[in-house]
Amino acid sequence: MANHTTPWPAIGEKALVRRLLIAVSLGFLTLFLFLPLVTVFAEALRNGAGAYIASFNDQAALAAIKLTLLVTAISLPLNLVFGLAAAWAIAKFEFRGKHLLITLIDLPFAVSPVISGLIYVLLYGMHGWLGPWLTEHDIQIIFAVPGIVLATIFVTFPFVAREVIPLMQEQGTEEEQAAMMLGAGGWQTFFRVTLPNVKWAVLYGVILCNARAMGEFGAVSVVSGHIRGKTNTMSLHVEILYNEYNFVAAFAVASLLALLALVTLALKSLIEWRSRTAQHSPFVPTSSEEESA
Amino acid sequence: MSIEVRNITKHFGDFRALDDVNLSVPTGKLVALLGPSGSGKTTLLRIIAGLEQADSGSGSILFHEEDVANTHVRHRRVGFVFQHYALFRHMTVFENVAFGLRVRPRKSRPNRRDIADTVHELLRLVQLDMLAGRYPSQLSGGQRQRVALARALAVEPKMLLLDEPFGALDAKVRKELRSWLRRLHDELNVTSVFVTHDQDEALEVANQIVVMNRGRVEQIGTPDEVFHHPQTEFVMHFLGDVNAFHGRVIQGNVQFGSLKVPLLENRQQIVGDARVFIRPHDVTIDTKTNGLPAIEARVVRVHSAGPLVRVELLTSANQRLISEISQERFVTMNLQPDSKVYIRPRHIRVFADS
Repeated sequence: MANHTTPWPAIGEKALVRRLLIAVSLGFLTLFLFLPLVTVFAEALRNGAGAYIASFNDQAALAAIKLTLLVTAISLPLNLVFGLAAAWAIAKFEFRGKHLLITLIDLPFAVSPVISGLIYVLLYGMHGWLGPWLTEHDIQIIFAVPGIVLATIFVTFPFVAREVIPLMQEQGTEEEQAAMMLGAGGWQTFFRVTLPNVKWAVLYGVILCNARAMGEFGAVSVVSGHIRGKTNTMSLHVEILYNEYNFVAAFAVASLLALLALVTLALKSLIEWRSRTAQHSPFVPTSSEEESA
Repeated sequence: MSIEVRNITKHFGDFRALDDVNLSVPTGKLVALLGPSGSGKTTLLRIIAGLEQADSGSGSILFHEEDVANTHVRHRRVGFVFQHYALFRHMTVFENVAFGLRVRPRKSRPNRRDIADTVHELLRLVQLDMLAGRYPSQLSGGQRQRVALARALAVEPKMLLLDEPFGALDAKVRKELRSWLRRLHDELNVTSVFVTHDQDEALEVANQIVVMNRGRVEQIGTPDEVFHHPQTEFVMHFLGDVNAFHGRVIQGNVQFGSLKVPLLENRQQIVGDARVFIRPHDVTIDTKTNGLPAIEARVVRVHSAGPLVRVELLTSANQRLISEISQERFVTMNLQPDSKVYIRPRHIRVFADS
């Protein structure tokens, strides 16, 4: 007898196999993603909404939130510019060292964030290469906001570039050539032709970049110095609170980061959906590395 | 505006894409660059447009007797139509056509009203006014190509360059667009150059055909000239089917198979070994000898579906050849596979064996 439980009896799996596969993946998701997420909010609200809100009414917590926003506000535009410039160069021109550049862009993915933080300490720290010169001119980078910004930029700079490069490469340069033949200048071509063609990829990269910039822990931890109210970002602040057994406050701040992750996911899905329905923009997001608090 | 190509050479690495090419396109003419892939025709077109640079010091491109070496692409006022259309995918048909007008410097930019008028006029010209609001992905290939043409025409180019404009279209649409392009050119009279590898397209559309092979110009002439008077073996081969024979020139006559045919006046310089070409429609078939000199052959296969009947033959010297005869003639002769026939060339072309 033919098996009628699947629409394609010839190639489909047996119902049992399908159910087993689904059960296994759901089990994993529950255990490793869903439960922790619920825990974050449950712990944060353990002592009621009052205690939850009170956790944010704290100088150090507010300072951490502000710092996180500041760091993100600086690194995001820089990444956007860098990502577009690198993607443009790689996709539209032939030059020496192109492959090296592509490899370098992936470096932050390959290196542990702690190492990248350490590199900055070795470079700009008191006893680092540039340390004496910086001290002489009274510039502090490590254990201060500039160091955190630098570390964040380093960790996040592949995001935009990695999303845009494959799309630009696939689209080629013919539309730009057409624009030029029609009398458009370089900037006109960029803003009227190139950028609109990759806008979904850019937005997607920016959102991922944003999530990572806000959630980054390792690299920032090394360069920050953990000065309460001064050089603590949100994720660092969570760690301090947790180490002080201040669980409600720790999870309250963590819940903000978790919320950010959820918003990021929602935006990401929205963009994927939009770019799929926008017939003129065949952008397929590349698989991406994400880190939530 | 006339185009003059002088001694242009172009290398891609070690590959010589163009080898000392000379060409002139008179004002208002429609010229086809015809050749197989890799013959350099597209490279030549792109160099004329300014999208590609000729080798340094290799020659010059002149528009209206003026060297354009230092004129940037965007100031050359050349309309370029790409093989794969290169329409702006995020713009509607209307916006695509309006692009060239909208990017003009403020001083020379027409106002919104005038732009809209121009665009609609052009879309009417290419018969797409109904589709002004569509995106390129919602159009068929033929429609896209017509949008691309309208877009190129919007900036009132001094010349139109088309890179395999119908190459990506299916046979029927191709034929329609071909004659449409011809009519459009008659109407607009803008100097045009188009690249094609399809000899029918070139023969039907162009005023003048430039046959290219391996980066060189083989022959330049009207469709009649290149078809009926090919200067080289390559042109003979490329512009239609041929039957080739080895022959020998002796005292003003060329001998091949069992035939001896006097050479034409302009072929008198050939001596010794030669190659003889006969187009299939110049091979006549008879079932009787009639006492005239002829090559004996046997019918191998008959393809009668088509305006002409293609008959595959095998001569007594074991050479294959093709003949094309009319349907009526085919019926009167009652040809069958294995029928014995006598063939005679109506017209031959002889080239020195190289």
